[in-house]
Amino acid sequence: MKRKNPFDLSFSLLTAAASATVLLLMAGIFIILVKESSLSIEKFGIYKFITTVDWDPVKEIFGAATSIYGTFVTTLIAMLIAIPTAIGIAIFVTEAAPNFLKGPIGSAIELLAAIPSIIYGMWGLFTLAPLMSRYIEPSLQKAFGDVPVLNILFQGTPMGIDILTASLILSIMIIPFTASISRDSFNLTPAVVKESAYAMGATKWEVIKNIVLPYSKLGVFGGIALSLGRALGETMAVAFVLGNKHHITASLLDPASTITVTLANEFTEADTDLYLSSLFYLALVLFILSFVVLAVAKFFLLRAERRYSR
Amino acid sequence: MNIQKRRKIESFLALSFSTAAALFGLFWLIFILSDVVIHGAAALNLDLFTKDPVPPGAEGGGLRNAFVGQLLITFFATLIGVPVGVLGGTFIAEYARGTKFARIISILSDIMVSVPSIVIGTFIYAVLVKPTGQFSGWAGAIALAVIMIPVVLRTTEDMLSLVPWTLREAAFALGAPYYKVIVQVVYRGAATGILTGILLSMARVAGETAPLLFTSFNNAFFSTNMNQPVASLTVTIFNYAMGPYETWHQQAWAASFVITIFILIITILGRLLIKWRYKK
Repeated sequence: MKRKNPFDLSFSLLTAAASATVLLLMAGIFIILVKESSLSIEKFGIYKFITTVDWDPVKEIFGAATSIYGTFVTTLIAMLIAIPTAIGIAIFVTEAAPNFLKGPIGSAIELLAAIPSIIYGMWGLFTLAPLMSRYIEPSLQKAFGDVPVLNILFQGTPMGIDILTASLILSIMIIPFTASISRDSFNLTPAVVKESAYAMGATKWEVIKNIVLPYSKLGVFGGIALSLGRALGETMAVAFVLGNKHHITASLLDPASTITVTLANEFTEADTDLYLSSLFYLALVLFILSFVVLAVAKFFLLRAERRYSR
Repeated sequence: MNIQKRRKIESFLALSFSTAAALFGLFWLIFILSDVVIHGAAALNLDLFTKDPVPPGAEGGGLRNAFVGQLLITFFATLIGVPVGVLGGTFIAEYARGTKFARIISILSDIMVSVPSIVIGTFIYAVLVKPTGQFSGWAGAIALAVIMIPVVLRTTEDMLSLVPWTLREAAFALGAPYYKVIVQVVYRGAATGILTGILLSMARVAGETAPLLFTSFNNAFFSTNMNQPVASLTVTIFNYAMGPYETWHQQAWAASFVITIFILIITILGRLLIKWRYKK
């Protein structure tokens, strides 16, 4: 394949330039965010910015601690709900379900990922939040109200617009990512190995626990990390039901704010340079966070791929 | 209780849990979709597509501006994002096949697909909106194009890799230069796959809201001027749902209904196409 043909040369250069846009965009996003947030970086530094609890546009004191805390808490609770469910779903569609159900149920769960996040938000605000405040949250308060330590989590008036509702919606949104990657990894377990275990008299659960899960753990980790990255950056679904309140709270029934919610609500309202710069700084923090998490996810998935292709 | 029985019960419990998990997932899917359909269908009427919004709080009116704006933004995003994505995918699957550069671009694209879309919104704001001092439809379209590029690039790469190498060799043997082989042989073999990828990426960006909030912004009036703020369905849904008026909420539901149905149809169609094309 010598490239003597001038058309060929120009076509290859054109395609090369197109593929380089990905590189340029990623680098560009990072550089632009650093540049735009430089004012805030100079003023607050790194450590002070992420540990300051105040977010006060009037006094021009900006700290990311409340937003970062909200991001972490909602993501953590969402992961606690989503991981067992997603792995359960993956087990169901690979091992437990009758054959005629495997495909349709798997596709149906993947449809959850196709629903736009704004729809999750709408539904959360108008349908889920009232249900949460009327039924689920009061009964949680009743159940845990007298348990020491746990009752701290359920203090306050159940309004439905709070961390718990946001986390629940977030968990529904990320279930399909972990579930479909786990399913694909489970499916790669060689049938011979599973059959050998069955021949030894192992039950279905023992095969899953001792053969399938250990064999596919890299893929499952990758799926979990991917959904973690998704959860960190989810905006609209959370923006509807979290309330955008800058504080650190132990109660799951309190409104809060995440990095994304702060950006969505305040970006167009930022009236001073420092305010806008601090918002860019928040975006930069989110970009770095999710980049690292997604890179880890990709690392696991690549290792899994290499292992299975051997 | 003997150990055999315990193992069997354990297995039964674990499988019951996995069934419950699947039902949990399906429950939310059906709950959300039926909710959108019930509320949306009730609020749907012809005015929604043919009339522009009336002043806040007044009865009637529609979202013609948002429908047209959404179409414009999505159309131009596709026009920018698809060629770049397809050509980029071509480079890493063909000219740079197997090189380190191709690997890096491929991995980076996978990461970029999941980068929070609101971050891309802030980026476009800094590059296009701040210097011009103007929210614009173009900024919105470009933000969506940026989201599309890695999706299309990766699908193209995957689809081109599925075309057997021998096919290219046959074309080379006839003396065709590489670019002709790609355009006339490889693209043809992968056309269904690439088109499906493009469809799915359009479905993906059609539901994006966060990157439009500070790029195309919103516009209460009918406008096709891409240099001005342009209304989009998703941002309108956000504003209307958060607003205080019942008529707004109704229209937000109707718009949600339209957008959800549109995206689900494209997604399912795309899946079926892929299945039909690549079934063994």
